[in-house]
Amino acid sequence: MTELLFNDAEWDFSTLDRTFRAIEDIAINELGLDVYPSQIEVISSEQMLDAYSSMAMPLMYSHWSFGKLFAREETLYRAGYAALAYEVVINSNPCICYLLEENTMPMQALVMAHAAFGHNHFFKNNYLFQQWTDAEGILDYLSFAKRYVSACEERYGREEVELTLDSAHALMNQGVFRYRRPPRPSRERQREKVRARLRYEEQAHNELWRTLPVGVDALAAPPVDDADETETGESKLPEENILYFLEKNSPSLRPWQREILRIVRSLAQYFYPQRQTKVMNEGCATFIHYTIMNRLYDKGLISAGALLEFLHSHTSVVFQPDFDDPRFSGINPYALGFAMMADIKRIAEDPTAEDREWFSGFAGTGDYMAVLRNAWANYRDESFIEQFLSPHLMRKLRLFALHDKAGAGAYQVTHIHDERGYRNTRATLARVYDVALADPNIQVARANLQSSRTLHLTFRPHHGVPLHQSSKEQVRAHIQRLWGHEVELEDEGAD
Amino acid sequence: MTHFIDRRLNPKGKSLGNRQRFLRRARAQIRDAVQKSLKDAAVGDVDKARKIKISTRGTAEPRFRLDPAEGGERDFALPGNKEFTPGDEIKKPPSGAGGAGKDAALSGDGEDDFEFTLTQDEILDIFFEDLELPNLIRTTLKEMSQRSWRRAGITTTGAPTQINLPRTMRNSFSRRLALRRPSRAEISALEDELEALLSTSPQLPEQQERIAALRQQIERLDARRKWVAFIDPIDVRFNAFTEQPVPTSQAVMFCLMDVSGSMGEREKDLAKRFYMLLHLFLKRRYERVEIVFIRHTHDAQEVDEQEFFYSRQSGGTIVSTALDKMLEIQKARYATADWNIYAAQASDGYTQSGDARRCVEMLDAQIMPLCQHYAYIEILDEREMEVFASEESGAELWRAYRALASRWSNFATKRIAKPSDIFPVFRELFRKEVSG
Repeated sequence: MTELLFNDAEWDFSTLDRTFRAIEDIAINELGLDVYPSQIEVISSEQMLDAYSSMAMPLMYSHWSFGKLFAREETLYRAGYAALAYEVVINSNPCICYLLEENTMPMQALVMAHAAFGHNHFFKNNYLFQQWTDAEGILDYLSFAKRYVSACEERYGREEVELTLDSAHALMNQGVFRYRRPPRPSRERQREKVRARLRYEEQAHNELWRTLPVGVDALAAPPVDDADETETGESKLPEENILYFLEKNSPSLRPWQREILRIVRSLAQYFYPQRQTKVMNEGCATFIHYTIMNRLYDKGLISAGALLEFLHSHTSVVFQPDFDDPRFSGINPYALGFAMMADIKRIAEDPTAEDREWFSGFAGTGDYMAVLRNAWANYRDESFIEQFLSPHLMRKLRLFALHDKAGAGAYQVTHIHDERGYRNTRATLARVYDVALADPNIQVARANLQSSRTLHLTFRPHHGVPLHQSSKEQVRAHIQRLWGHEVELEDEGAD
Repeated sequence: MTHFIDRRLNPKGKSLGNRQRFLRRARAQIRDAVQKSLKDAAVGDVDKARKIKISTRGTAEPRFRLDPAEGGERDFALPGNKEFTPGDEIKKPPSGAGGAGKDAALSGDGEDDFEFTLTQDEILDIFFEDLELPNLIRTTLKEMSQRSWRRAGITTTGAPTQINLPRTMRNSFSRRLALRRPSRAEISALEDELEALLSTSPQLPEQQERIAALRQQIERLDARRKWVAFIDPIDVRFNAFTEQPVPTSQAVMFCLMDVSGSMGEREKDLAKRFYMLLHLFLKRRYERVEIVFIRHTHDAQEVDEQEFFYSRQSGGTIVSTALDKMLEIQKARYATADWNIYAAQASDGYTQSGDARRCVEMLDAQIMPLCQHYAYIEILDEREMEVFASEESGAELWRAYRALASRWSNFATKRIAKPSDIFPVFRELFRKEVSG
């Protein structure tokens, strides 16, 4: 019989360390996770509130909106309406996890498994995070941003900086790149092009041309398609990253304002993958902590009491009320993510005939971790649901799809969890998680830089859903402040 | 490699800067809200932290967002189907909120009211802002009651920096004497003797006996030195200090107000701020402050705060009845030997003809000798303020009080029409405080 890692609810640093090693052993050697090194910080509840109100980052520039958030969170917390999160984890290398000092030892173990291995593995391996975020550099960048903003405040006045930040924040959701641009051609490729052109000229060389009288030009080589050579990044329209466009092209911004726009834009980009992977990220962390805690118990490292405490907290985290329950407030990403991943495990280990038909790729292979690791690495919420939500789980959750038409008196049930509805219900649910559809599609269409300097934006509605009227005007005013001249927002759905 | 870092001891208040920025940003709304909440607060409760609710108009953070309630179509999925089959319809809840629509309500309209707690300092800042108090006074008012460290004898525990050396050494010395700790000199004398005896070459038997005895004695003394320490923990004494409030006395504050029909909502609100400010000042100066509310029309009553500010009475106006009442209460409950007496009177300046003279007589003869300070404000509206631009002109009561003020330096009068006019009434009072 191995000795328990801990006996009671109290924790100290040596117990934390011992437990961390035991968890690490399971995570790396049994589950095959691939994580950044962790840096675990114990903080007080007040510091947790601090972290909440600065976008959950350890460093952040100063802005009144963070103060507003803090005031709200603090009031809610003090009045007992809201409990604090058990942990906050930061996508950085080393991966920083905050543990709340008030947690009991079983909770600390749960949180370490959840954050330091679950989220950490996801951050390191998911393609969106790999493509768009720089875990190595984020803390340095934030400390640069903080210093830069405060230096600007000192130099140009707090008011000025605040106005710029306000406007930039208003455009945060319109400040991300959704698709990677084609990479800039390397020098080697450019040389290759020049050589190709010379080769063509050599081949097309004709002695006869030399006999022409002086003053007549030789026939030039046919124009080469060099689109990506002229693309220098400026005024390539339409452009959906409005912040980027303003930063590069606004006729009225001063250099420091451009840098501030760039800071806000970089942060928006850094957080964009998290918005797209809520279900997967939380599901992954929840599944991993569930697996690890159970393994700890199986190996005789934690007591039954600790396991029960863990299960109590775990079940309340993955609780999903029905839509007609007064507690319902949307689909709980923890619940959906965990249920799907547990379902993948079931399909891999013990599939039914239906599962074999739907998931012939991995049903019954037994190695569920390989399937999950692949899913965590290569999918986001939308594609993950589209690919892996099984009929079995849809029946279990009793999912059904509805159609909502503005102005109609009722929602229409379009598909339910039956043979005919599985695919459509699943597709509907997947689409709900498509961030690109949730954000309004607004692009910079034209910019008149010569005369009137008017900036034209277009809004292209999806399925006729209009923009919220009053906020639209307010944000337009913010864009106008950054652009410095007239801004027009054309609504293509208006007619 | 995993690092554990204990951040709990890191400096607090990381968000303070952001909070201040937010308060500055929402200044206008917060001020309205604070004024409103002060209106309902008790006179003695100005300087308490309180929860306020502001609208988010000035601090909205607009984003482009979609408004599915306005038009268009969308599809979504929900869990927990129990009875529906394709083609069924579910009635929308009347307000348009419900199902997934709830989300929009949470992020959008729900933000209209925003509730949070202001600290005592922040409340006072806003309270003072309207009153246009000079800065020095703001800080002196905000200070908590004064306390000081006083010596409180000697204790056996304490911080090493507070060791009382003379006491400690004295204890050590007496203990060493009592336990007969051998001194160094005593031992070295014996050692010298031993040395001398050892160096003599032919040793007589008695000398050898002596050597053995000496050795034994030295050993015994050495052991004794070891167990009777030079300084033992029981010797150590520390200087003790205790925090004691600076002795202050108690004060009573009489609030006198005319509540006849001519005193409207606005007048009462101004009067209330006047009382609040006086109370703040007194609270800072005295350990204990009691407030007595006396309202009067043609006759005076002692009432509680609620009734004082919010109930109305009809009748004529005879100011002297209130002064009578005040004297009566003072005699019954507040002996001048134990209490500092302050009075604050607010009125719109009207009183029955002939009564003003009686008031002056009473003040001159009986009240002013008792009072530390007597402040009188006459609440006018802006138009009257222009008419009575000169200090000289005015109603009967005003003229009578003007004359009184020239005789008594601790009597202050002022006409006010807006909050910022209040402070000069107390100028004399605060000047004393600041310089003293």
